[in-house]
Amino acid sequence: MIPPGATAIVGAAESTEIGTVPDMSSVGLAIDAAANAMRDAGITAADIDGFTCGYFPVADMSRQLGIFPSWADNTVVGGCSWMFQLRNAVAAIHAGYCNTVLIVYGESGKSTRGLGQSFDAGQRGGTGQQFDMFYSGGQAAATFTLPVVRYQHEYGLTDEELAVGAVSQREWAVDVPRATLRESTSVEEVLASPMIAWPIRRAMCCLVSDAGGALVVTSADRAKDYPKPPVYVLGTGGALEAGVMSPGGVREPLRPEFIRTSGEAAFTSSGTTHADIDHLMIYDAFIHNPIFGLEGLGFVEYGEGGHFIAEGHTAPGGKLPMNTSGGGLSYAHTGAYGMLCMLESIRQVRGEAANQVADVDIALCHGWGGYWSACSTLIFGTSVP
Amino acid sequence: MDVEFFDASGDATLYSYTIQQKPFALWGTDGPRSVALVRLAEGPLLTSSIVNCEQTPEALQLDMPLRATFTPFDEVTVLCFEPAEKQP
Repeated sequence: MIPPGATAIVGAAESTEIGTVPDMSSVGLAIDAAANAMRDAGITAADIDGFTCGYFPVADMSRQLGIFPSWADNTVVGGCSWMFQLRNAVAAIHAGYCNTVLIVYGESGKSTRGLGQSFDAGQRGGTGQQFDMFYSGGQAAATFTLPVVRYQHEYGLTDEELAVGAVSQREWAVDVPRATLRESTSVEEVLASPMIAWPIRRAMCCLVSDAGGALVVTSADRAKDYPKPPVYVLGTGGALEAGVMSPGGVREPLRPEFIRTSGEAAFTSSGTTHADIDHLMIYDAFIHNPIFGLEGLGFVEYGEGGHFIAEGHTAPGGKLPMNTSGGGLSYAHTGAYGMLCMLESIRQVRGEAANQVADVDIALCHGWGGYWSACSTLIFGTSVP
Repeated sequence: MDVEFFDASGDATLYSYTIQQKPFALWGTDGPRSVALVRLAEGPLLTSSIVNCEQTPEALQLDMPLRATFTPFDEVTVLCFEPAEKQP
Protein backbone atom coordinates (compact mmCIF):
# COMPACT_ATOMS: atom_id res chain seq x y z
CA MET A 1 0.00 0.00 0.00
CA ILE A 2 1.24 3.47 -0.90
CA PRO A 3 1.12 5.71 2.20
CA PRO A 4 -1.40 8.59 2.07
CA GLY A 5 0.31 11.73 0.83
CA ALA A 6 3.35 9.99 -0.65
CA THR A 7 2.93 12.23 -3.68
CA ALA A 8 1.47 15.66 -4.31
CA ILE A 9 0.18 17.85 -7.13
CA VAL A 10 2.57 20.79 -7.45
CA GLY A 11 1.37 22.22 -10.75
CA ALA A 12 -2.15 22.44 -12.12
CA ALA A 13 -3.67 24.49 -14.90
CA GLU A 14 -6.27 24.65 -17.61
CA SER A 15 -5.62 25.93 -21.11
CA THR A 16 -5.48 29.72 -21.24
CA GLU A 17 -8.94 29.79 -22.80
CA ILE A 18 -11.73 27.27 -22.43
CA GLY A 19 -15.24 27.02 -23.83
CA THR A 20 -15.14 28.00 -27.49
CA VAL A 21 -11.54 28.13 -28.73
CA PRO A 22 -11.73 27.79 -32.52
CA ASP A 23 -8.15 28.88 -33.11
CA MET A 24 -6.59 25.94 -31.22
CA SER A 25 -6.46 22.25 -32.04
CA SER A 26 -6.70 19.48 -29.45
CA VAL A 27 -2.91 19.28 -29.49
CA GLY A 28 -2.66 23.04 -29.14
CA LEU A 29 -4.97 23.08 -26.13
CA ALA A 30 -2.96 20.28 -24.53
CA ILE A 31 0.39 21.98 -25.06
CA ASP A 32 -0.96 25.32 -23.85
CA ALA A 33 -2.28 23.67 -20.68
CA ALA A 34 1.00 21.78 -20.18
CA ALA A 35 2.99 25.02 -20.43
CA ASN A 36 0.62 26.68 -17.97
CA ALA A 37 0.97 23.80 -15.50
CA MET A 38 4.78 23.87 -15.71
CA ARG A 39 4.71 27.64 -15.17
CA ASP A 40 2.34 27.12 -12.23
CA ALA A 41 4.86 24.66 -10.76
CA GLY A 42 7.79 26.95 -11.50
CA ILE A 43 9.63 24.27 -13.49
CA THR A 44 10.74 23.57 -17.04
CA ALA A 45 10.62 20.48 -19.24
CA ALA A 46 14.05 19.47 -17.98
CA ASP A 47 12.59 18.88 -14.51
CA ILE A 48 10.10 16.28 -15.77
CA ASP A 49 11.00 12.61 -16.17
CA GLY A 50 7.57 11.04 -16.41
CA PHE A 51 4.81 11.78 -18.93
CA THR A 52 1.24 10.73 -19.64
CA CYS A 53 -1.41 11.98 -22.05
CA GLY A 54 -3.95 9.54 -23.54
CA TYR A 55 -5.68 9.95 -26.92
CA PHE A 56 -2.41 11.31 -28.35
CA PRO A 57 0.75 9.42 -29.36
CA VAL A 58 2.60 9.71 -26.06
CA ALA A 59 6.14 10.05 -27.41
CA ASP A 60 5.08 12.65 -29.98
CA MET A 61 3.37 14.78 -27.38
CA SER A 62 6.23 14.61 -24.90
CA ARG A 63 8.70 15.47 -27.64
CA GLN A 64 6.69 18.55 -28.65
CA LEU A 65 7.05 19.74 -25.06
CA GLY A 66 10.79 19.00 -25.00
CA ILE A 67 10.29 16.21 -22.47
CA PHE A 68 12.18 12.94 -22.88
CA PRO A 69 10.77 10.82 -20.05
CA SER A 70 12.06 7.59 -18.58
CA TRP A 71 8.52 6.60 -17.58
CA ALA A 72 5.30 7.05 -19.54
CA ASP A 73 1.71 5.92 -19.47
CA ASN A 74 -1.02 6.25 -22.06
CA THR A 75 -3.95 4.56 -20.37
CA VAL A 76 -7.21 5.26 -22.18
CA VAL A 77 -10.42 4.35 -20.38
CA GLY A 78 -12.59 7.23 -21.58
CA GLY A 79 -13.26 10.42 -19.67
CA CYS A 80 -11.46 9.41 -16.48
CA SER A 81 -8.27 8.39 -18.33
CA TRP A 82 -6.27 11.20 -16.70
CA MET A 83 -7.46 10.09 -13.28
CA PHE A 84 -6.21 6.56 -13.99
CA GLN A 85 -2.97 8.12 -15.26
CA LEU A 86 -2.57 10.10 -12.04
CA ARG A 87 -3.11 6.91 -10.05
CA ASN A 88 -0.47 5.19 -12.16
CA ALA A 89 1.89 8.16 -11.77
CA VAL A 90 1.54 8.00 -7.99
CA ALA A 91 2.55 4.34 -8.11
CA ALA A 92 5.43 5.02 -10.51
CA ILE A 93 6.85 7.80 -8.35
CA HIS A 94 6.45 5.69 -5.23
CA ALA A 95 8.22 2.80 -6.98
CA GLY A 96 11.09 5.06 -7.97
CA TYR A 97 10.53 4.80 -11.73
CA CYS A 98 10.51 8.58 -12.00
CA ASN A 99 10.35 11.68 -9.81
CA THR A 100 8.10 14.21 -11.48
CA VAL A 101 5.27 13.45 -13.90
CA LEU A 102 3.40 15.75 -16.27
CA ILE A 103 -0.17 14.63 -17.11
CA VAL A 104 -1.54 16.33 -20.20
CA TYR A 105 -4.99 16.65 -21.73
CA GLY A 106 -6.53 18.72 -24.51
CA GLU A 107 -9.67 18.32 -26.58
CA SER A 108 -11.21 20.50 -29.23
CA GLY A 109 -14.58 18.97 -28.42
CA LYS A 110 -16.70 21.83 -29.70
CA SER A 111 -14.65 23.29 -32.52
CA THR A 112 -13.24 19.86 -33.50
CA ARG A 113 -9.92 21.30 -34.62
CA GLY A 114 -7.24 18.74 -35.25
CA LEU A 115 -7.03 15.19 -36.46
CA GLY A 116 -7.58 12.16 -34.34
CA GLN A 117 -10.30 13.86 -32.37
CA SER A 118 -12.48 10.80 -32.29
CA PHE A 119 -13.77 10.17 -28.83
CA ASP A 120 -15.35 6.77 -29.21
CA ALA A 121 -15.67 5.87 -25.55
CA GLY A 122 -13.21 3.06 -26.08
CA GLN A 123 -15.76 1.12 -28.11
CA ARG A 124 -13.80 0.73 -31.31
CA GLY A 125 -13.31 -2.87 -32.25
CA GLY A 126 -15.06 -4.09 -29.15
CA THR A 127 -18.27 -6.01 -28.69
CA GLY A 128 -20.09 -2.74 -28.04
CA GLN A 129 -19.33 -1.55 -31.54
CA GLN A 130 -20.06 -4.98 -32.99
CA PHE A 131 -23.45 -5.47 -31.35
CA ASP A 132 -24.76 -2.30 -29.72
CA MET A 133 -24.10 0.64 -32.01
CA PHE A 134 -27.04 -0.19 -34.31
CA TYR A 135 -29.61 0.87 -31.77
CA SER A 136 -28.37 4.35 -30.95
CA GLY A 137 -25.43 5.19 -33.14
CA GLY A 138 -23.63 5.51 -29.84
CA GLN A 139 -25.40 8.76 -28.93
CA ALA A 140 -24.40 9.36 -25.33
CA ALA A 141 -27.66 11.05 -24.33
CA ALA A 142 -29.60 7.93 -25.33
CA THR A 143 -27.24 5.30 -23.95
CA PHE A 144 -25.28 6.56 -20.94
CA THR A 145 -28.66 7.55 -19.50
CA LEU A 146 -30.28 4.13 -19.94
CA PRO A 147 -30.54 3.43 -16.17
CA VAL A 148 -32.40 6.69 -15.44
CA VAL A 149 -35.98 5.55 -16.10
CA ARG A 150 -35.44 2.39 -14.07
CA TYR A 151 -34.04 4.47 -11.20
CA GLN A 152 -37.01 6.84 -11.28
CA HIS A 153 -39.40 3.88 -11.30
CA GLU A 154 -37.71 2.00 -8.45
CA TYR A 155 -37.14 4.98 -6.16
CA GLY A 156 -39.99 7.34 -7.06
CA LEU A 157 -37.83 10.17 -8.37
CA THR A 158 -39.96 12.58 -10.39
CA ASP A 159 -38.78 14.50 -13.44
CA GLU A 160 -39.03 17.67 -11.34
CA GLU A 161 -36.77 16.21 -8.65
CA LEU A 162 -34.32 14.92 -11.27
CA ALA A 163 -34.14 18.40 -12.81
CA VAL A 164 -32.98 19.99 -9.55
CA GLY A 165 -29.45 18.69 -10.17
CA ALA A 166 -29.10 20.95 -13.21
CA VAL A 167 -30.47 23.93 -11.29
CA SER A 168 -28.10 23.39 -8.35
CA GLN A 169 -25.06 23.21 -10.58
CA ARG A 170 -26.09 26.35 -12.41
CA GLU A 171 -26.36 28.11 -9.05
CA TRP A 172 -22.68 27.29 -8.54
CA ALA A 173 -21.75 28.37 -12.07
CA VAL A 174 -23.35 31.80 -11.71
CA ASP A 175 -20.29 32.92 -9.73
CA VAL A 176 -17.63 31.23 -11.88
CA PRO A 177 -16.17 33.61 -14.50
CA ARG A 178 -14.84 30.80 -16.71
CA ALA A 179 -18.12 28.85 -16.69
CA THR A 180 -19.93 28.68 -20.03
CA LEU A 181 -23.49 28.94 -18.65
CA ARG A 182 -23.91 31.50 -15.88
CA GLU A 183 -27.58 32.47 -16.04
CA SER A 184 -29.73 31.19 -13.18
CA THR A 185 -32.19 28.55 -14.26
CA SER A 186 -35.21 26.75 -12.81
CA VAL A 187 -36.81 23.30 -12.76
CA GLU A 188 -39.45 24.63 -15.15
CA GLU A 189 -36.78 25.84 -17.56
CA VAL A 190 -34.89 22.55 -17.42
CA LEU A 191 -38.08 20.60 -18.14
CA ALA A 192 -38.97 22.96 -20.99
CA SER A 193 -35.64 22.45 -22.76
CA PRO A 194 -35.74 20.29 -25.90
CA MET A 195 -36.15 16.53 -25.49
CA ILE A 196 -33.03 14.69 -26.64
CA ALA A 197 -33.70 11.12 -25.50
CA TRP A 198 -36.74 10.77 -23.26
CA PRO A 199 -36.62 11.44 -20.34
CA ILE A 200 -33.37 13.33 -20.92
CA ARG A 201 -33.69 16.93 -22.02
CA ARG A 202 -30.97 19.21 -23.29
CA ALA A 203 -30.46 20.97 -19.95
CA MET A 204 -29.76 17.55 -18.40
CA CYS A 205 -26.85 16.96 -20.79
CA CYS A 206 -23.31 18.24 -20.51
CA LEU A 207 -21.91 21.04 -22.60
CA VAL A 208 -19.63 20.40 -25.55
CA SER A 209 -16.52 22.54 -25.08
CA ASP A 210 -12.91 23.12 -26.05
CA ALA A 211 -10.40 22.88 -23.20
CA GLY A 212 -7.08 21.56 -22.05
CA GLY A 213 -5.67 20.77 -18.64
CA ALA A 214 -2.46 19.49 -17.10
CA LEU A 215 -1.02 18.41 -13.78
CA VAL A 216 2.48 18.11 -12.35
CA VAL A 217 2.83 15.44 -9.66
CA THR A 218 5.92 14.62 -7.64
CA SER A 219 7.00 12.98 -4.40
CA ALA A 220 5.97 14.57 -1.10
CA ASP A 221 9.65 15.26 -0.28
CA ARG A 222 10.18 17.24 -3.46
CA ALA A 223 6.76 18.90 -3.27
CA LYS A 224 7.91 21.13 -0.40
CA ASP A 225 10.30 22.95 -2.77
CA TYR A 226 7.58 24.15 -5.15
CA PRO A 227 5.99 27.61 -5.08
CA LYS A 228 2.38 26.54 -4.53
CA PRO A 229 1.19 24.64 -1.44
CA PRO A 230 1.20 20.90 -2.28
CA VAL A 231 -2.08 19.15 -2.91
CA TYR A 232 -1.36 15.72 -1.47
CA VAL A 233 -2.77 12.63 -3.12
CA LEU A 234 -4.13 10.86 -0.08
CA GLY A 235 -5.86 7.94 -1.74
CA THR A 236 -6.77 6.53 -5.13
CA GLY A 237 -9.18 4.00 -6.56
CA GLY A 238 -10.17 2.71 -9.94
CA ALA A 239 -12.25 -0.08 -11.43
CA LEU A 240 -13.69 -1.35 -14.69
CA GLU A 241 -17.26 -2.40 -15.40
CA ALA A 242 -18.75 -3.48 -18.74
CA GLY A 243 -20.27 -0.12 -19.67
CA VAL A 244 -23.85 0.46 -20.66
CA MET A 245 -22.84 0.19 -24.32
CA SER A 246 -21.41 -3.30 -24.09
CA PRO A 247 -23.48 -6.46 -24.43
CA GLY A 248 -24.25 -7.51 -20.89
CA GLY A 249 -23.88 -3.91 -19.83
CA VAL A 250 -23.42 -2.89 -16.24
CA ARG A 251 -24.02 -5.93 -14.06
CA GLU A 252 -26.52 -4.22 -11.76
CA PRO A 253 -27.31 -0.81 -13.28
CA LEU A 254 -28.87 0.61 -10.12
CA ARG A 255 -26.00 -0.62 -7.93
CA PRO A 256 -22.93 -0.44 -10.13
CA GLU A 257 -20.32 -2.47 -8.31
CA PHE A 258 -17.35 -0.72 -9.89
CA ILE A 259 -18.23 2.58 -8.18
CA ARG A 260 -18.15 0.89 -4.79
CA THR A 261 -14.87 -0.89 -5.61
CA SER A 262 -13.19 2.35 -6.68
CA GLY A 263 -14.56 4.39 -3.78
CA GLU A 264 -13.62 1.83 -1.15
CA ALA A 265 -10.08 1.67 -2.52
CA ALA A 266 -9.77 5.45 -2.33
CA PHE A 267 -11.14 5.68 1.20
CA THR A 268 -9.05 2.75 2.45
CA SER A 269 -5.80 3.94 0.89
CA SER A 270 -6.33 7.49 2.17
CA GLY A 271 -7.34 6.55 5.70
CA THR A 272 -10.26 8.96 5.46
CA THR A 273 -13.98 8.47 5.94
CA HIS A 274 -17.02 10.13 4.37
CA ALA A 275 -17.26 12.57 7.27
CA ASP A 276 -13.78 13.90 6.39
CA ILE A 277 -14.78 14.99 2.87
CA ASP A 278 -15.21 18.77 2.71
CA HIS A 279 -15.75 19.04 -1.03
CA LEU A 280 -16.94 16.67 -3.72
CA MET A 281 -16.67 16.46 -7.49
CA ILE A 282 -18.66 13.80 -9.34
CA TYR A 283 -18.25 13.76 -13.10
CA ASP A 284 -21.56 14.86 -14.59
CA ALA A 285 -21.72 13.99 -18.24
CA PHE A 286 -25.45 13.73 -17.64
CA ILE A 287 -27.67 14.76 -14.79
CA HIS A 288 -27.96 11.27 -13.29
CA ASN A 289 -24.23 10.64 -12.88
CA PRO A 290 -23.88 12.45 -9.52
CA ILE A 291 -26.86 10.50 -8.14
CA PHE A 292 -25.20 7.18 -8.85
CA GLY A 293 -21.85 8.51 -7.64
CA LEU A 294 -23.23 9.66 -4.29
CA GLU A 295 -24.80 6.24 -3.77
CA GLY A 296 -21.99 4.07 -5.09
CA LEU A 297 -19.37 5.98 -3.10
CA GLY A 298 -21.50 5.51 0.02
CA PHE A 299 -22.34 9.13 0.84
CA VAL A 300 -26.00 8.05 0.87
CA GLU A 301 -27.85 4.73 0.68
CA TYR A 302 -28.92 3.26 -2.65
CA GLY A 303 -32.09 5.00 -3.78
CA GLU A 304 -31.43 8.17 -1.77
CA GLY A 305 -29.07 10.04 -4.10
CA GLY A 306 -31.72 11.62 -6.29
CA HIS A 307 -33.69 12.93 -3.34
CA PHE A 308 -30.49 14.08 -1.60
CA ILE A 309 -29.71 16.36 -4.55
CA ALA A 310 -33.37 17.41 -4.91
CA GLU A 311 -33.31 18.52 -1.27
CA GLY A 312 -30.46 20.91 -2.04
CA HIS A 313 -27.70 19.27 0.00
CA THR A 314 -25.15 19.61 -2.83
CA ALA A 315 -26.16 23.15 -3.90
CA PRO A 316 -24.61 26.39 -2.61
CA GLY A 317 -25.26 26.46 1.14
CA GLY A 318 -25.78 22.68 1.29
CA LYS A 319 -23.93 20.34 3.63
CA LEU A 320 -21.99 18.57 0.87
CA PRO A 321 -20.79 21.09 -1.77
CA MET A 322 -20.57 19.24 -5.09
CA ASN A 323 -19.51 20.24 -8.61
CA THR A 324 -18.77 23.77 -7.47
CA SER A 325 -17.42 24.89 -10.84
CA GLY A 326 -20.84 24.23 -12.35
CA GLY A 327 -19.62 20.86 -13.59
CA GLY A 328 -20.02 19.38 -17.03
CA LEU A 329 -23.55 20.75 -17.22
CA SER A 330 -22.62 24.42 -16.74
CA TYR A 331 -18.83 24.92 -16.56
CA ALA A 332 -17.33 23.02 -19.48
CA HIS A 333 -17.34 19.48 -20.83
CA THR A 334 -15.14 18.61 -23.74
CA GLY A 335 -16.01 14.99 -24.33
CA ALA A 336 -13.60 13.63 -21.75
CA TYR A 337 -14.12 15.73 -18.62
CA GLY A 338 -11.97 13.94 -16.02
CA MET A 339 -9.08 16.40 -16.08
CA LEU A 340 -11.39 19.42 -15.64
CA CYS A 341 -13.15 17.59 -12.81
CA MET A 342 -9.83 17.02 -10.98
CA LEU A 343 -8.69 20.59 -11.55
CA GLU A 344 -11.68 21.97 -9.63
CA SER A 345 -10.90 19.63 -6.71
CA ILE A 346 -7.31 20.85 -6.76
CA ARG A 347 -8.31 24.53 -6.90
CA GLN A 348 -10.56 23.96 -3.89
CA VAL A 349 -7.79 22.27 -1.87
CA ARG A 350 -5.42 25.08 -2.80
CA GLY A 351 -7.99 27.65 -1.77
CA GLU A 352 -8.01 29.33 -5.18
CA ALA A 353 -11.39 28.29 -6.64
CA ALA A 354 -13.84 30.86 -8.00
CA ASN A 355 -16.48 29.42 -5.69
CA GLN A 356 -14.11 28.72 -2.84
CA VAL A 357 -15.74 26.52 -0.20
CA ALA A 358 -14.55 27.47 3.31
CA ASP A 359 -11.94 25.27 4.98
CA VAL A 360 -11.47 22.55 2.38
CA ASP A 361 -8.86 20.22 3.84
CA ILE A 362 -9.93 17.04 2.05
CA ALA A 363 -11.65 16.77 -1.32
CA LEU A 364 -12.89 13.76 -3.27
CA CYS A 365 -13.06 13.59 -7.05
CA HIS A 366 -14.88 10.77 -8.84
CA GLY A 367 -14.95 10.33 -12.60
CA TRP A 368 -16.21 7.96 -15.27
CA GLY A 369 -15.10 6.74 -18.66
CA GLY A 370 -16.68 4.99 -21.61
CA TYR A 371 -20.28 5.20 -20.43
CA TRP A 372 -19.51 3.46 -17.14
CA SER A 373 -16.83 1.21 -18.59
CA ALA A 374 -14.44 2.61 -15.99
CA CYS A 375 -14.35 4.89 -12.99
CA SER A 376 -11.72 6.38 -10.73
CA THR A 377 -11.85 7.98 -7.30
CA LEU A 378 -9.16 10.33 -5.96
CA ILE A 379 -8.88 11.91 -2.53
CA PHE A 380 -6.77 15.06 -2.19
CA GLY A 381 -5.71 16.91 0.95
CA THR A 382 -3.88 19.97 2.21
CA SER A 383 -1.64 17.91 4.50
CA VAL A 384 -0.36 14.41 5.13
CA PRO A 385 -2.40 12.80 7.90
CA MET B 1 -18.73 -16.58 -13.24
CA ASP B 2 -18.38 -19.28 -15.84
CA VAL B 3 -18.34 -18.31 -19.49
CA GLU B 4 -20.64 -20.40 -21.66
CA PHE B 5 -22.58 -20.28 -24.92
CA PHE B 6 -26.28 -21.15 -24.81
CA ASP B 7 -29.39 -20.78 -26.96
CA ALA B 8 -31.60 -18.11 -25.43
CA SER B 9 -35.38 -18.56 -25.57
CA GLY B 10 -35.94 -15.05 -26.92
CA ASP B 11 -38.19 -14.24 -23.97
CA ALA B 12 -37.30 -11.04 -22.16
CA THR B 13 -38.65 -8.11 -20.18
CA LEU B 14 -38.06 -4.36 -20.52
CA TYR B 15 -35.57 -3.28 -17.87
CA SER B 16 -35.07 0.37 -18.85
CA TYR B 17 -34.93 2.60 -21.92
CA THR B 18 -34.66 5.99 -23.50
CA ILE B 19 -36.48 7.32 -26.56
CA GLN B 20 -34.02 8.86 -28.97
CA GLN B 21 -35.60 11.84 -30.72
CA LYS B 22 -33.22 11.70 -33.69
CA PRO B 23 -32.51 8.03 -34.30
CA PHE B 24 -29.34 6.54 -35.70
CA ALA B 25 -29.23 6.75 -39.52
CA LEU B 26 -29.60 2.96 -39.83
CA TRP B 27 -33.27 3.25 -38.89
CA GLY B 28 -34.01 5.56 -41.83
CA THR B 29 -36.61 7.48 -39.88
CA ASP B 30 -37.00 10.92 -38.39
CA GLY B 31 -39.37 9.67 -35.73
CA PRO B 32 -38.42 8.75 -32.19
CA ARG B 33 -36.81 5.35 -31.59
CA SER B 34 -36.36 3.47 -28.35
CA VAL B 35 -32.97 2.40 -27.06
CA ALA B 36 -33.61 -0.26 -24.47
CA LEU B 37 -31.97 -2.39 -21.86
CA VAL B 38 -33.68 -5.77 -22.16
CA ARG B 39 -33.45 -8.47 -19.50
CA LEU B 40 -33.34 -11.91 -21.11
CA ALA B 41 -35.34 -14.61 -19.35
CA GLU B 42 -32.00 -16.35 -18.85
CA GLY B 43 -30.61 -13.35 -16.95
CA PRO B 44 -28.29 -11.20 -19.06
CA LEU B 45 -29.04 -7.60 -20.01
CA LEU B 46 -28.80 -6.58 -23.66
CA THR B 47 -28.94 -3.24 -25.38
CA SER B 48 -31.63 -3.32 -28.05
CA SER B 49 -34.65 -1.48 -29.42
CA ILE B 50 -38.34 -2.23 -28.98
CA VAL B 51 -40.10 -2.46 -32.33
CA ASN B 52 -43.67 -3.05 -33.56
CA CYS B 53 -45.18 -0.70 -31.01
CA GLU B 54 -45.60 3.01 -30.40
CA GLN B 55 -42.37 4.68 -29.35
CA THR B 56 -43.91 6.42 -26.35
CA PRO B 57 -43.55 6.15 -22.57
CA GLU B 58 -47.19 5.02 -22.44
CA ALA B 59 -46.61 2.09 -24.81
CA LEU B 60 -43.24 1.16 -23.33
CA GLN B 61 -43.93 0.00 -19.79
CA LEU B 62 -41.11 -1.23 -17.60
CA ASP B 63 -41.13 -5.00 -17.02
CA MET B 64 -43.43 -5.60 -19.99
CA PRO B 65 -42.90 -9.04 -21.56
CA LEU B 66 -40.96 -9.01 -24.81
CA ARG B 67 -40.02 -11.45 -27.53
CA ALA B 68 -36.95 -11.42 -29.74
CA THR B 69 -37.46 -10.47 -33.38
CA PHE B 70 -34.97 -9.81 -36.14
CA THR B 71 -35.15 -6.55 -38.09
CA PRO B 72 -33.48 -6.61 -41.52
CA PHE B 73 -31.65 -3.59 -42.89
CA ASP B 74 -29.66 -3.31 -46.11
CA GLU B 75 -26.43 -4.81 -44.88
CA VAL B 76 -27.21 -6.20 -41.45
CA THR B 77 -30.02 -7.86 -39.58
CA VAL B 78 -30.41 -6.60 -36.05
CA LEU B 79 -31.76 -8.32 -32.95
CA CYS B 80 -34.70 -6.33 -31.63
CA PHE B 81 -37.58 -7.05 -29.28
CA GLU B 82 -41.33 -6.57 -29.58
CA PRO B 83 -44.20 -6.75 -27.10
CA ALA B 84 -44.86 -10.43 -26.37
CA GLU B 85 -48.65 -10.14 -26.64
CA LYS B 86 -48.27 -9.21 -30.31
CA GLN B 87 -47.12 -12.77 -30.96
CA PRO B 88 -49.72 -15.37 -31.99
